[in-house]
Amino acid sequence: MAYRGMLAENVTVRGHGGDVIEAYYARPLGAAPVPGIVVIHHAPGWDEWTFEIVRRLAHHGYAAISPHLYHRHGPGSFDDMAARARAAGGMNDAQVMGDVQGSIEFLRNQTYASGKIGVIGFCSGGRHTVLAASQLKGIDAAVDCWGGGILPSERFPVSENRPVPPIQLTEHLSAPLLGIFGNDDQSPSPAEVDQHEEALKRAGKSYEFHRYDGAGHAFFCWERPAYRQEQAVDAWTKVFAFYERYLSTADVPAGAAVS
Amino acid sequence: MCTYITEKASIFGSAKGPEGWFRVDTANVYFDHPFHAPLDHSLNIDFVNEAAGSPTRVAVEISAESARDLVEKILAALAAGEASHTAGESPAAG
Repeated sequence: MAYRGMLAENVTVRGHGGDVIEAYYARPLGAAPVPGIVVIHHAPGWDEWTFEIVRRLAHHGYAAISPHLYHRHGPGSFDDMAARARAAGGMNDAQVMGDVQGSIEFLRNQTYASGKIGVIGFCSGGRHTVLAASQLKGIDAAVDCWGGGILPSERFPVSENRPVPPIQLTEHLSAPLLGIFGNDDQSPSPAEVDQHEEALKRAGKSYEFHRYDGAGHAFFCWERPAYRQEQAVDAWTKVFAFYERYLSTADVPAGAAVS
Repeated sequence: MCTYITEKASIFGSAKGPEGWFRVDTANVYFDHPFHAPLDHSLNIDFVNEAAGSPTRVAVEISAESARDLVEKILAALAAGEASHTAGESPAAG
């Protein structure tokens, strides 16, 4: 019998401004080197669904960590903190990038780190993934799940908190990008995804987009009416294939065999 | 979709949360994904005391249709209630 196990726990990372923030971390047990993945949570907050994503990635052979981007709006339950963050104007891009960078350093500092780093984000986290892959160093694979606000719009105006639309940084994208989108989504709309794709093509970037009919925003979220089982199952295979391709090294193939 | 679009109403009054009554000065109103209501989008209202740092809140998530009906009922209750209380306070009332 083969042994499988994981460790999943709350940890802290030193994020933006040197702030110590909480994070949820899960990794496969054992000394073998594994790639790391930063999970950037969605606008609704650092919720149980996000923790399940972290554990899922660990089950598939990755050390995964999700920093709590609303940590500074505590104390309270995750939704109370999300409500405070919303009332204060939402996430600040520079702060999120600092927290993501701190999480990358956390992954790199582990003795079992293979050295490969991936990022995945959902909703606002998808937008942050594109930002991170354009502004931070050392990311080997980036996955944007239905990130709205890549382009400036009425819903996502340029502001002090979000001064640069990610599409304006396309030339600086330094990692292969996987995009997962539902064609019924309004943010990003299919037209916005088209524009993002055009920008990536013009800039000669490595990317692949998968767009799903019959699915809208947040279609991976099993606990919401938005969940679309068939589309989510297929999209997850795309995510894991992408990470296997870009987070493997000659000595360390990424992705544990799941039987 | 998720946005940070929020309407803020300055309000005067009190709300009752899990730890009892507290003063409120703000209602944050937004149409977005709910946390609990079985809806894709809901009209959400957070009653808070921002001056005190919003230590707690009374949160409501209702459908768009419910919210529109609620607006009508609020206005109707105000109209009827203010009229009856004004009539009761009138020295001319028998």
